[in-house]
Amino acid sequence: MTQPLLDVDKLSVTFQLPTGPVTAVKDVSFSIAEGETLALVGESGSGKSVTSTAAMRLLPELAETTGAIRFNGENLLEVSAKRMRRVRGNDISMIFQEPMTSLNPLHRIGRQIGEVLTKHKGLKGDANRRRVLELLKQVGIPEPERRFSSYPYELSGGQRQRVMIAMALACEPKLLIADEPTTALDVTVQAQILDLLKSLQTQYGMAILFITHDLSIVRHFADHVAVMRQGEVVESGRTVDVFDAPQHDYTRMLLDAIPRGRKAPAPADAPVMLSARDVKVRFVTHRRLFGGNAYFEAVRGIDLTIRRGETLGIVGESGSGKSTLGRALLRLLESEGDIRFEESDISALDKSGMRPLRSKLQVVFQDPFGSLSPRMTVGDIISEGLKVHHPELNRRQREAEVIAALEEVALDPAMRNRYPHEFSGGQRQRIAIARALILKPELLLLDEPTSALDRSVQVRVIDLLRNLQQKYGLTYLFISHDLSVVRALSDHVLVMKEGRVIEQGPAETIFTEPAEPYTRALLKAAFLENEEVAA
Amino acid sequence: MTSESKPYSGDNADGAPLPAGGPNPPHSHSGPNPPHSPEPETTAASAAPAGESLARDAWRRLSQNRAAMASLALLIAIVVVCVIGPWLLPWGLAEVDWNAFGTGPTLDNAHFLGTDANGRDLLTRVLYGGRISLSVALVASLVSLVIGVLYGAISGYLGGRVDNLMMRFVDIMYSLPFMFLVILLMVVFGRNIFLIYAAIGAVEWLDMARIVRGQTLALKRREFIEAAHALGVRDTKIVTRHLIPNAIGPVIIYVTLTVPKVILLESFLSFLGLGVQEPLTSWGVLISEGVDMMESAPWMLLVPSFFLAATLFCLNFLGDGLRDALDPRTR
Amino acid sequence: MLIYTLKRLLQAVPTLLIVITISFFLMRVAPGGPFDGERQLPPEIEANLMAAYHLDEPLPMQYLRYMGNLLQGDFGPSFKYKDFSVTELIMQGFPVSLEIGGLAILLALIIGLPLGIAAAIKRNSTVDYLVMGTALTGIAVPNFVLAPIFALVFGVLLGWLPAGGWNGGALPNLVLPVVALSIQQIAYIARMMRASMIEVLGSHFIRTARAKGLNEGEVIFRHAIRPALLPVMSYLGPAIAGIITGSVVIEQIFGIPGIGRYFVQGALNRDYTLVMGTVVFYGVLIVLMNLIVDLLYSALDPQIRYDD
Repeated sequence: MTQPLLDVDKLSVTFQLPTGPVTAVKDVSFSIAEGETLALVGESGSGKSVTSTAAMRLLPELAETTGAIRFNGENLLEVSAKRMRRVRGNDISMIFQEPMTSLNPLHRIGRQIGEVLTKHKGLKGDANRRRVLELLKQVGIPEPERRFSSYPYELSGGQRQRVMIAMALACEPKLLIADEPTTALDVTVQAQILDLLKSLQTQYGMAILFITHDLSIVRHFADHVAVMRQGEVVESGRTVDVFDAPQHDYTRMLLDAIPRGRKAPAPADAPVMLSARDVKVRFVTHRRLFGGNAYFEAVRGIDLTIRRGETLGIVGESGSGKSTLGRALLRLLESEGDIRFEESDISALDKSGMRPLRSKLQVVFQDPFGSLSPRMTVGDIISEGLKVHHPELNRRQREAEVIAALEEVALDPAMRNRYPHEFSGGQRQRIAIARALILKPELLLLDEPTSALDRSVQVRVIDLLRNLQQKYGLTYLFISHDLSVVRALSDHVLVMKEGRVIEQGPAETIFTEPAEPYTRALLKAAFLENEEVAA
Repeated sequence: MTSESKPYSGDNADGAPLPAGGPNPPHSHSGPNPPHSPEPETTAASAAPAGESLARDAWRRLSQNRAAMASLALLIAIVVVCVIGPWLLPWGLAEVDWNAFGTGPTLDNAHFLGTDANGRDLLTRVLYGGRISLSVALVASLVSLVIGVLYGAISGYLGGRVDNLMMRFVDIMYSLPFMFLVILLMVVFGRNIFLIYAAIGAVEWLDMARIVRGQTLALKRREFIEAAHALGVRDTKIVTRHLIPNAIGPVIIYVTLTVPKVILLESFLSFLGLGVQEPLTSWGVLISEGVDMMESAPWMLLVPSFFLAATLFCLNFLGDGLRDALDPRTR
Repeated sequence: MLIYTLKRLLQAVPTLLIVITISFFLMRVAPGGPFDGERQLPPEIEANLMAAYHLDEPLPMQYLRYMGNLLQGDFGPSFKYKDFSVTELIMQGFPVSLEIGGLAILLALIIGLPLGIAAAIKRNSTVDYLVMGTALTGIAVPNFVLAPIFALVFGVLLGWLPAGGWNGGALPNLVLPVVALSIQQIAYIARMMRASMIEVLGSHFIRTARAKGLNEGEVIFRHAIRPALLPVMSYLGPAIAGIITGSVVIEQIFGIPGIGRYFVQGALNRDYTLVMGTVVFYGVLIVLMNLIVDLLYSALDPQIRYDD
């Protein structure tokens, strides 16, 4: 190899914030050869996106960049702004994490793609249109002729990401920077986009700088990998080498941070805790002042049974109705059908009828930022349920309970007078768990409790949930789109799509011998099909 | 709706940091976690230190905004001077100094800002007028606040058909030429200060109702409200403990914007000769008198105009500062 | 689009009915009649006058009669300007008011938008602080203070422009009223445009545009301005209403024979029919303006389809 295509040499980026300088990237070096794929891996705050944005010189003005980024030998940090604009979109192009907002909402698709061609290749009129249509076809947009004059809002997230790719490829760049291009997409769509990138890479012979937090993608996608942590590259090398023999502790920890183990099964004769028959939920989509309303059926008739001590995993992509089902089962949403909790029918109970049961049925939500009231202290948040269900307790006793609950979730009880915004995502999720636990519930609805967290934090929260289940014999209703997490925690799994159950059964059966094509597609997309069954 | 489609939104933190210090406040414990040790969750020993509430955080940001703080100080000064000033000055509101008709600012006889054409002390009149203008601002804003918050919160919380009907009503009210109806009201019922309070308050509640309804609808879908439902917390408690404290930020911001609007409306009416009546006066009335005497006694126009403009200026600055301090997008 | 327009016009009917009804009954319960002027009229003459204007009929009858006449575009006779019908007065005043109002809103857009855009692009620079400081002053100083000061300074002291009067709408007579009327709206529009522009410039699709290799000019003019205009467009409705209201004082101050002046005179003289006529006229105007603004908005935003 003579000269690398892109050579990042001792790159440092410092943001001059009003509160003082913050160094986001420190002495980062790596290089990419032509046609090769390098993955830049790291958790949130590792500086991986800042690094890639620096290569395009798209950082905000308050960023100070030192070092060198050589593209074909030319230091991009030193070239004129005009020269840099010739490079962007022409030699190096970029796709982003946010397909929903990365396209101009007021311009038609064809115009947005065509604009790059006019800018860099001088292609106008018919030639421009022909090339755009060809690109749309290449990225797998159905009916390119019609989509040419569509606006972005008429396209799905996956299709918008395809349009972004078409735009990026328009001038046949030598390097494509892909910044978490599949993170916002459903797993099956994610797999399609990755396949598309792979095949286009061969076709165009371009190099890819792939930024991601997802190690399973790296393993399947990248030739080389650089692991970043707190602004520094801690380890880099060929993907195979790094994955097989990680040198750095942090890399090892990241690779280790895969939910492992299987749940010890609950006894088969355990009593039924919650059962549901033909549950349906519909939402009003269009409300008319007079006459009937228009409805959307989110859950279309679902039966299920959970026994004491069991975990039922509910799996599905966005819009499958899994979260709606969970809320309906706990009677947080109006629904049709029978719901029984410990043998008694709860489907007809009103708010005050449900109240005594609420302490037994608790919830932990996905969004650690949205699920805690920002204006209450952590102690007030956790003790709120006690005030409802144990009004006999005095302040002192409540405080003692709060301290115990915080210790249970491994948080320092001294933090109880602080406010939620002072905590990290993982800590907030622990607070949410403590809020549920303090009532000594029997059934816990876990709605994507780890999805918003970094992998390494995720694993610790999962360990916590697993320990708590064992210690208190809790029953979990676990909702997630993340198959590896579901596999590690569940006895039974229920696969949902468009409000219906596609397949259900014992976790191991679903994961090793899926019967339905949709389940197989999900597993394949999550790269679980050929992963060794970890002990 | 973004929650399911963007599972790793936390990673935005390593995109381009915002000038305000990124999505997390500078003192938060979020950000990169050391990999091997458990999350950094120990800072204090046995005592439980108090955290910084959002209100205190907002106050801290506001107090760093020099323009807003200067405005606040000036505003307080204007209010204090208007309230106690008339007692300290030797002249009464309608007292005529037979030796000084339309004299300019002078130290003689303590006419610090001159007299009007009828020999009445201008400073005294401006301060009395300020009392009226400020009281209209306060009362009318309160009227609009109470109606707006109640209407908006009920509409948003009940939702469904009730919400639909209530908001249609607001839409209809919006398209009324309100200013003209208020003028009509003043013409018909005479120039009565209580009518001014009520009429202006009744005009200004519409925006407040919309804002509060929007807030309520948004908050209703937030997960912490759902969590409260799941805990079995009663509706009334949810409204008082969760909804209102969280909706209060935008309401405060909007009130600081309503107050100058109301002052302006009152002076507009008074200027047209439809506002408060003799012997009462207000800044609008004084400006209107000043316009008539503009060429011979310009101070009669300039003094009340200055007080009015300074008050409006400060309120707007303060409103901007409050918005920056309370806006959740900047944290 | 056509169906939407018709639907909106239909929705305006109840609004206008409310306006007419409120103003009709308010005026009728008002103490003091139109003829208690300066000198006392003999009772029989007053009775004749009352009969001539149908004021002796029961209220519901008067209401129905008024509505019937309104449908034919007849606002009735003015009580004070005895030789004119209200319709004639409005039609006399409207072109004048339209001219200064239209010019003011145009001026507000032509000056306010570029100022806002410039301040947003040069955010936190001297330009930004200067524009925003001036804008805040423009908001804080009401037009009924500015207008007389303008008249005094440019009209009386410097003698550059006429301090008042209409003179058939000659350009020098237009300048001061139009500027005074538009200053507050210039300030509002500049502030809104700045805020909205800053938000758009921070959005993801602007990053995409830069990543395409477009220069700053292309980024701003091709990608940023149109989306940033949307919130400002939706403010145009209130802005127009504000200008119409403002024109009432401005016409008063500069002695311009527009509807605003008739309105104030009517209100002070208890000229029932004239006041009602103007209120109804303003109601129709505001409803129409809001409709036009909404249609304009739909032309800018493809995502809004008025087929509902």
